[in-house]
Amino acid sequence: MSTLLGRLTPWIAGAAALIALPHVFSSGFALTLMSQIGLLIVFALAYNMLLGQGGMLSFGHAVYFGLAGYFTVHYLNFIYEEQVPYIPVTLIPLFGGLVGLFFGILIGYVSTRRAGTTFAMISLGFGEMVTALTLVLVAIFNGEDGIQADRVLGEELFGITYGPNIEVYYLIAGWCLVCTLAMFLLTRTPFGRISNAVRDNPERVEFIGYSSQRIRWLAFSLSSFFAGIAGALHAVNIEHVGFEQVSVIQSGLVLFMVYIGGTATFVGPIIGATLLYFLQSTLTGVTEAWVLYLGVLFVGVIMFFPGGLAGLIAMHQPIWRVRARLLAPLLIPYSRFLAALIVCVLGCIGLIEMLYFRSSRLSTETELVIYGVESDPFSAGPWFIFVAAAAIGAFAVRKTYPGAVSAWNTAIADARARPPG
Amino acid sequence: MSGALTLAGLRKSFGAAEIIRGVDLEIEDGERHAIIGPNGAGKSTLYNLISGRFPPSAGRVHLYDTDITDKKAFDINRLGLTRSFQVTNIFARMSVLDNVRCGCLYALGHRYAWWKLVGRLQDVNEQTASILRDIGLWEKRELPAGLLSYADQRALELGIAIAGGANVILLDEPTAGMSHSEVEQAVSLIRRISEGKTLLIVEHDMGVVFDLADRISVLVYGEIIATGTPSEIRASAAVQEAYLGTGAS
Repeated sequence: MSTLLGRLTPWIAGAAALIALPHVFSSGFALTLMSQIGLLIVFALAYNMLLGQGGMLSFGHAVYFGLAGYFTVHYLNFIYEEQVPYIPVTLIPLFGGLVGLFFGILIGYVSTRRAGTTFAMISLGFGEMVTALTLVLVAIFNGEDGIQADRVLGEELFGITYGPNIEVYYLIAGWCLVCTLAMFLLTRTPFGRISNAVRDNPERVEFIGYSSQRIRWLAFSLSSFFAGIAGALHAVNIEHVGFEQVSVIQSGLVLFMVYIGGTATFVGPIIGATLLYFLQSTLTGVTEAWVLYLGVLFVGVIMFFPGGLAGLIAMHQPIWRVRARLLAPLLIPYSRFLAALIVCVLGCIGLIEMLYFRSSRLSTETELVIYGVESDPFSAGPWFIFVAAAAIGAFAVRKTYPGAVSAWNTAIADARARPPG
Repeated sequence: MSGALTLAGLRKSFGAAEIIRGVDLEIEDGERHAIIGPNGAGKSTLYNLISGRFPPSAGRVHLYDTDITDKKAFDINRLGLTRSFQVTNIFARMSVLDNVRCGCLYALGHRYAWWKLVGRLQDVNEQTASILRDIGLWEKRELPAGLLSYADQRALELGIAIAGGANVILLDEPTAGMSHSEVEQAVSLIRRISEGKTLLIVEHDMGVVFDLADRISVLVYGEIIATGTPSEIRASAAVQEAYLGTGAS
């Protein structure tokens, strides 16, 4: 029983955190932010069923997210006009999931016939095609304006109307928890394990009785189901769906989330979705260069930490499993490296911001404030400081990196030398 | 047809090059049959034709009474034929346990199930455990398969192949690259797992072949030049000339 309790602990903690969060961060901005993160977690986990679990790199998974969103806003509007059977808004994500599943089965039948690069190219093709369709078929998708809906359709159980944002937050939190649990359990089924086997070695799978194509199709369809749930939650949360939600940009964003979070572990996409959306929604108001930073972050992770952030954490798991105290010698070398990295990054950000400011037409009307200090990009002083910071930081990063690596090597060797206990 | 595996007039060409040039062979139910031959004789290609990796250019393959010539690899496997690979072909990022477990799943009827948890499948887990003990990897079951030593990966390769309990087992150089003591272990393992089953084995180690096989076929340049018991093969002048050369002992 203690093992069962041990296994349930993360889920109970997660549920408690979801319940408690709006009491800690209760502003309207925070609520919308957390709601959006919740549904993006579902989307990212669904995407990782393809990428991390099944070895399929898709450039068009927003198709299932966005189409489910479109169908959901239409359905909400039809309910309002009393043209379709009533579904309580609480259950509307399930409708979105079925829409995603439908298109996943349909398009997946074609795209999952091939793996690897061919699959990726087909997914890109479908992504572009559906985006184009949403813009062309104005009668259904209403072009660039997209479609509005009203999520308030009357009282449901316990007098919930989904008028206040807090009710929508709890709707999304509930669905997020259920979907996360479902997708976690899926990794532990025969389907989930064979999906991993197809990722590792599609050819060998054929000689243990499985059609790798069938497995890819099944994984693709189930993933589209969860992407559809996320899309419906998006529609309910924002009350609007446009072509952006099916577009390749949205597909790319979920790829970034999953990669930066880490594809090899189950929690990676959760970390990635949370971090990326948090950065996006806070930084877009502060800097125009956000997309540039996102790109740099992505390239940096791919090149230096291919396991993503969750991979960085997982690297240390064998150490703390043996004894948490073995992590102590890592503290100083890691802090040195981190300090150097921060100096370098702050320097680069300063330079980029000044460049953006100089190239912007509004530059004469406003003042540029970097790190709370007014910086004049037309004088030499700030340039000198930021160039120096970037250069010194970069130099220090190179100097401190080997120390951090060797500290990890020593710690892991120490951990391996001890009997586990 | 009485044989477990019957090859009739089997041919395979890649472009202009004919690699398998008319192979007729009947493997009896329950026998251990070795195929020997110099490098490039077409042994692995023959396996690929039988197991459904490539379609033959001509000829038929029967598994018991079923014509499997045009069937896909997974269909042939479901009919009870399994194979191992010459170049280790495992699921590198998955644990050793999961590698073997994947080999059991279809055969035990769990197929594509996404509504049951593997941890709860008692039949699968018992069979997995017994195979892991058999191949000597029980202690290393939690390791990612890619981190195993070469010999352990060979053992795992074998474990995956036999996990489903297929009746006809094709092994492609199972002892390649092993040390002397490892070969001995592997042979006794192969003997055990093929008990009561039909075994077809491609092998370069003549000690293993003569030790293990009930009958031997000699494949040279895509043709079988002789089939017989180990002593017949040893005595055959044609084999001496074509293959064993002067080093035969």
